[in-house]
Amino acid sequence: MGTLKFECETGNYHTFCPISCVSWLYQKITDSFFLVIGTKTCGYFLQNALGVMIFAEPRYAMAELEEGDISAQLHDFDELKRLCLQIQKDRNPSVIVWIGTCTTEIIKMDLEGMAPKIEEFIGRPIIVARANGLDYAFTQGEDTVLAAMAHRCPEYAYHALPTFIGQVTPVREERPIRDLVSPLVLFGSLPNTVAQQLTRELEHQGIHVSGWLPEARYEELPELGAGVFVCGVHPFLSRTATTLMRRRKCQLIGAPFPIGPDGTRAWIEKICQVFNKTPQNLDERESNIWKNLEEFFPLIKGKSVFFMGDNLLEISLARFLIRCGMIVYEIGIPYMDKRFQASELQLLERTCKEMNVAIPPIVEKPDNSNQIQRIRALKPDLVITGLAHSNPLEARGITTKWSVEFTFAQIHGFTNARDILELITRPLRRNNHLKDLGWAKLVSEAAEKA
Amino acid sequence: MKLAYWMYAGPAHIGTLRVASSFKNVHAIMHAPLGDDYFNVMRSMLERERDFTPVTASIVDRHVLARGSQEKVVENITRKDQQEKPDLILLTPTCTSSILQEDLQNFVERATRQTNSNILLADVNHYRVNEFQAADRTLEQIISFYLDKTMQLQEEIRKTEKPSANILGIFTLGFHHQHDCREIYRLLTDLGIDINQIIPEGCFVTDLKKIPEAWFNIVPYREIGLMAAQYLEKKYNMPYVSITPMGLVETASWIRKIARILDKNYEKYIDQQTRFVSQAAWFSRSIDCQNLTGKKALVFGDATHAASMTKILVREMGINVCCAGTYCKNDADWFREQVQGFCDQILITEDHTQVGNMIAQIEPAAIFGTQMERHVGKRLDIPCGVISAPIHIQNFPLSYRPFLGYEGTNQIADLVYNSFTLGMEDHLLEIFGGHDVKTVITKNLSTDENLLWNLEAQTELQKIPGFVRNRIKRNTEKFARSKQIKEITVEVMYAAKEALAG
Repeated sequence: MGTLKFECETGNYHTFCPISCVSWLYQKITDSFFLVIGTKTCGYFLQNALGVMIFAEPRYAMAELEEGDISAQLHDFDELKRLCLQIQKDRNPSVIVWIGTCTTEIIKMDLEGMAPKIEEFIGRPIIVARANGLDYAFTQGEDTVLAAMAHRCPEYAYHALPTFIGQVTPVREERPIRDLVSPLVLFGSLPNTVAQQLTRELEHQGIHVSGWLPEARYEELPELGAGVFVCGVHPFLSRTATTLMRRRKCQLIGAPFPIGPDGTRAWIEKICQVFNKTPQNLDERESNIWKNLEEFFPLIKGKSVFFMGDNLLEISLARFLIRCGMIVYEIGIPYMDKRFQASELQLLERTCKEMNVAIPPIVEKPDNSNQIQRIRALKPDLVITGLAHSNPLEARGITTKWSVEFTFAQIHGFTNARDILELITRPLRRNNHLKDLGWAKLVSEAAEKA
Repeated sequence: MKLAYWMYAGPAHIGTLRVASSFKNVHAIMHAPLGDDYFNVMRSMLERERDFTPVTASIVDRHVLARGSQEKVVENITRKDQQEKPDLILLTPTCTSSILQEDLQNFVERATRQTNSNILLADVNHYRVNEFQAADRTLEQIISFYLDKTMQLQEEIRKTEKPSANILGIFTLGFHHQHDCREIYRLLTDLGIDINQIIPEGCFVTDLKKIPEAWFNIVPYREIGLMAAQYLEKKYNMPYVSITPMGLVETASWIRKIARILDKNYEKYIDQQTRFVSQAAWFSRSIDCQNLTGKKALVFGDATHAASMTKILVREMGINVCCAGTYCKNDADWFREQVQGFCDQILITEDHTQVGNMIAQIEPAAIFGTQMERHVGKRLDIPCGVISAPIHIQNFPLSYRPFLGYEGTNQIADLVYNSFTLGMEDHLLEIFGGHDVKTVITKNLSTDENLLWNLEAQTELQKIPGFVRNRIKRNTEKFARSKQIKEITVEVMYAAKEALAG
């Protein structure tokens, strides 16, 4: 069985630039506007990665840096002020989020210094997040934005008590302290329906979710402060977690992430434990979900998976797939926060033991070209990878699933466990349909060796 | 700083990478932060490429920022040299890395000592040139590098026995390039001309030394390949044809230009092809096309396609091009000269909102543009045929769809005809009480909307047939503004109508 093994490679791997987080965050926070301060390269990436979204008048734009900006011939303060005024006039958002990029890092543009002044000038909050490719990968972009946003949440005051109807009632002096229920704030951006599902799941256990970071509107950000419990729903939110603990004095509930029925159950259990509740009907709830997934098992049992790693969801997904009976050869991951993911890692270890499979190596900052060598040697049944490698691998007869889909699909909670397996089995089902045609490999022998 | 939502031409390094990955056995190493290798996704997805894109990144991270790349770039180059044994490794700076001002040329020189491959640093300024200009320059750079290298050894250039041509500028991720290339090949075969080299798509850099053996060069697209052709003309005295053989008239002039170079007469071939092989000439005489006479169209795209399309619509189909435009600002003069006299106005801009507003303003019956114009068309209910990059995956069709040559004229005729008839169909549906009830009436693209339509007026507006609705809406608003009316009621609508009628 072994124990968890961590490796680290060269970091020459393919992933999305973290500025891609604007694509789902502007949709989530409906009164926001995202301004990406960067070059043509950033703009080109966004316009191509976002595909048709770009045509839907998105609430995001590029502040495209020109040669004059780089060489400091133009005054960046005036330039940003001008653009923000225009945005305020055209779109009237409740908040403008500045996304710092590689270029603003290199030319050391003082975004954090300028924001408060421009904020005062336009009378609109400006949040600065440095979601750049020098420091972060893909989904970590959301982490930088939420960490910055955590500073803007109103202060939680002890004297105010949230009630179940969502009203705030002042506490009277005579009320005994033990009646105080600590508020619970969940962090991580999820589509509203999924956030609602998780909120209800906890409500069934008698736990009230007093808010989400982020909420659907900027103006509804939850109160934070000492005495507030926080719990994450995504594995890539370690900066946000740190900010919530250190700067906002919240108490972090370290739990596995609510991905897959096993993860969701463990997540709820952990929260229940903190709030001193005995979980109700959780066994039944989980086993019903597993029963619903049964039709997928014949397709995946005993099949092998290789995660090349690009979005930090890898540990949770691998853990769920192992529970489903799959064998994981390698878990590539851009960045591994062993503290934030501690419970998830424990659950992975336990799952491997219970399913009686070897614990897969966790490869941080992977090297794609080494990984492709390993994939060729191991011949996994499924490779979960980015779009840069999908088609070339498929042409070589190796089945792939596009990893970015897991970031955009609804995969959290009991309700959406099915969607994960829909995604995972889609290429396998396709294979079953086409298996007798005899043209699985579609490159020449020479090209295959190359 | 510029507020931008969309750009027509990509950043410089995309152009360089397109050149590098079009060649065979050439590897590009980008000096770039994590995530900048998005090019690989585009190539793998849009082109449905079966092979791994020969582009890797030497990642610029915090450490590089602090201490410089030091050994990293050289290591990545030598490693790639050993792993894949490419003929050429092209070190590609990105906009981020170019402001770091590391001495990349020095890395190239150091790496050269340890590798079997040739190493080149792409000579491109990221803040001054776009994708096309960069590609043009990189192609010239690679060609001149290999010619200079081999020509010192070779004594005399031997031309091929049979007349032959090089095609310069067939690229990966190019708009219908593969199909166009096949069509040019067919044309040249008909004319008894061999293809010496197709550059860069599928070409080995080690074969570049054979370039001067061709009798002349063909540059089908203006944006990429012209610099190389001019270099070859100057240095090796090779004539080139830079006419784009798109449309019947231009294809004929393209063939005539070749005839002059080879001192031959192809008139009979041109006549035969034009009248009987291509269906486009007959189409423009047929009743269908008669119905298109004088219809309004707007054309926007890269210089090559927008100019050719404008001429085809006007000269070969009798359509009225109200506005022809391009985003190739660097080539504006050439574009103006080409479309002068073929259209009412010329639009040179890189700003898609300007194009959108122009479309909203003139309300053409059809648009021929890029994917962006297609979406503007969707919002305004105007059909659009896509004729130029930037493009989506549906513009990389599996079937044979050239835009050039005689088969290209057929394809274009279909594209034009289908765009217009669909538009007609739509209007007829609405006139005869169509099947969908539209409730959205504000389709205007400008954001400075400050007029309010009350409910009754909106309902009234809905009753007006779609194809005139916009015009009436705009006229009413114009009238309201001139009278300083803030809210539009049915009365205002009627008043506007009366004012205009009078």
